[in-house]
Amino acid sequence: MHAGQLDALLDAVDASDGVAFDGLHAGRADDGFYFETPHTERTGLSEAEFRDVAESNPWFVSNWFYWTREVGLGDRGESETNAESDTARRDGGNARRAFLRWAENADDHGVPERYEALADGVTREWGQLCVTATVADHGERRYHLRHVADADADLSSLDVYADPLEARSIVTYDERGRYRPLKTAPTLPDGWAFTDLDGRALVETVDTVYPATIPNWYREQEGRLDVTHWHETADRQTGIYDIIDELDEEAVEWIAESCCVDSQCLKRRMWDADEETELDADRGDGVFPCREPCSLVVAAARKWTTLEREESQTYEFELTPSEKEQVEEIIDTVAEGRTEEIREADVYEGANRYRARFLRAKRFDDHGNLSGTPTDE
Amino acid sequence: MQALVIVAHGSHLNPDSSAPTYDHADTIRDVGAFDEVKTGFWKEEPSLREVLRTVESDEVFVVPMFISEGYFTEQVIPRELRLDGWDVSEWDSDGLNASHATLTASDTDQWVHYCGPVGTHESMTDVLVRRAESVTGDPDVGDGFGLAVVGHGTERNENSAKAIEYHAERIREMDRFDEVQALYMDEEPEVDDVTDYFESEDVVVVPLFIADGFHTQEDIPEDMGLTDDYRTGYDVPAEVDGHRIWYAGAVGTEALMADVVLERAAEAGADVGDAVERVRRRTRGTPAAGD
Repeated sequence: MHAGQLDALLDAVDASDGVAFDGLHAGRADDGFYFETPHTERTGLSEAEFRDVAESNPWFVSNWFYWTREVGLGDRGESETNAESDTARRDGGNARRAFLRWAENADDHGVPERYEALADGVTREWGQLCVTATVADHGERRYHLRHVADADADLSSLDVYADPLEARSIVTYDERGRYRPLKTAPTLPDGWAFTDLDGRALVETVDTVYPATIPNWYREQEGRLDVTHWHETADRQTGIYDIIDELDEEAVEWIAESCCVDSQCLKRRMWDADEETELDADRGDGVFPCREPCSLVVAAARKWTTLEREESQTYEFELTPSEKEQVEEIIDTVAEGRTEEIREADVYEGANRYRARFLRAKRFDDHGNLSGTPTDE
Repeated sequence: MQALVIVAHGSHLNPDSSAPTYDHADTIRDVGAFDEVKTGFWKEEPSLREVLRTVESDEVFVVPMFISEGYFTEQVIPRELRLDGWDVSEWDSDGLNASHATLTASDTDQWVHYCGPVGTHESMTDVLVRRAESVTGDPDVGDGFGLAVVGHGTERNENSAKAIEYHAERIREMDRFDEVQALYMDEEPEVDDVTDYFESEDVVVVPLFIADGFHTQEDIPEDMGLTDDYRTGYDVPAEVDGHRIWYAGAVGTEALMADVVLERAAEAGADVGDAVERVRRRTRGTPAAGD
């Protein structure tokens, strides 16, 4: 705590009915100042006595200062009990504040426990991000960010960044250099760290890695996450996406199972076919919600809409039992994104390149038809 | 607090699509004219549906990084941002002169000043000329040079051709280049025949596109005969039928574009101080395409 923080507390006490924050109650009553924490209860104080008591409880003062003066009061007043209406849709800085509180488990632990934990660093996971909150001099929080895979890595082995916008260069491509069109895909590259960020910079960095996850998570915390389900999303589309409302519910189920499970996207799916009709696909365990089908799902749905217009046909193919299993293995391997893992000479894997080439050589005719069976009769 | 939100198309396939939008946002952020500068995309994240949630300010200036008034600026963006009571008549435009409309975003209760697209702003003419300067490395380029402004054509949107004609005419009026011609990808006069439309030996070709992508990097260079295969690249200038073609790539990558974004917001009432002048100073000397 520094003197300016104590002065600010006294100013706040003078200017309001009393300060109530994170277990600190301070104010002025008829018999003088009071200063209370879960462990201290002093009343009838002169200003000098108030200062003395505050100086023996520096964490409560610096904690109050950090959250209300540096992060900002948000919608709330000086006292926790006189928070303004929470029905307003303008979240302003509230989501940022709530996220920073989450980062140090502020709602679960009192100030002394938190300061002790922050001295070592409090680490929480947000998707593939590891957020570590620490406390510097005078209660100022500093934040550090890295990939969960680097949680225990030595900082000297990581590329260190300070500017939140530099995160763009990290999130654009995956480990194999492929463009990442979905920011919440579990393909965030590791090997980097942001260190010594203030709260605003932390939130900006997280928002660059996982855009809009903080405001949506905040709305969910507040019990007012707005979910737009499939049918509503499909009905809203125009132009080339106008057709996706043709897809039947079974196909929507397949879409959720294909695109929205944790292996493909770290958001927790909150949308269903509609409010009454849940989809069976796993919603995922992510900390932040998915409130509507995203643009990738909509674009893929357009392709599936045109494909699903086709009727099934009966084809006759000649395959040995092992070849049938191999076809299944190839589809599985592609669907799980495992093709790169299959070793060059591992001919025991059905999706091995030599195995696939042998199957093609044996079973395709000159026009690429499986078993010589044309696609259209 | 006032925020600037630049909205653009973006791409699921090509990271270059959003790159200019990020660049111009960075330029404007650096001059500190807004409390917040954010970007939102149709195909990337944050989506147009959610970008306003990432903005803490109550007052937001939304500038579309689109070339012309049409489907995206008139329907998609207002719908996805949930601009309450939007109707295209709010812009009172003939297809070229949309300035701004002020509405409430029902999702966030923010005041949104929804601006016309960058492509139809008069200062876009200056960006086209600056692009010609950049690609030739000559701040006085004009004498002895022809300039072609290339657009999609009307197949997708009739206002698209209007924007091309508008800027071509304004550049013609500058009397700076020997010849100025509007050319199109999918209608006459076609960019394929660029050399038929110019007498000047040197011709600068500037596509009026927001970002480099399939059209500006593959189609147009091959159609003009700069290269047989876009993957092998092309020279700047390249010799075609006795002309030297200085192909500039998408005008949207020119740093001065940040100025157009800023002017759009300023005309909608944003308090940007002297940021317009500072952005103009800072954005001299974008590397030319092919560098």
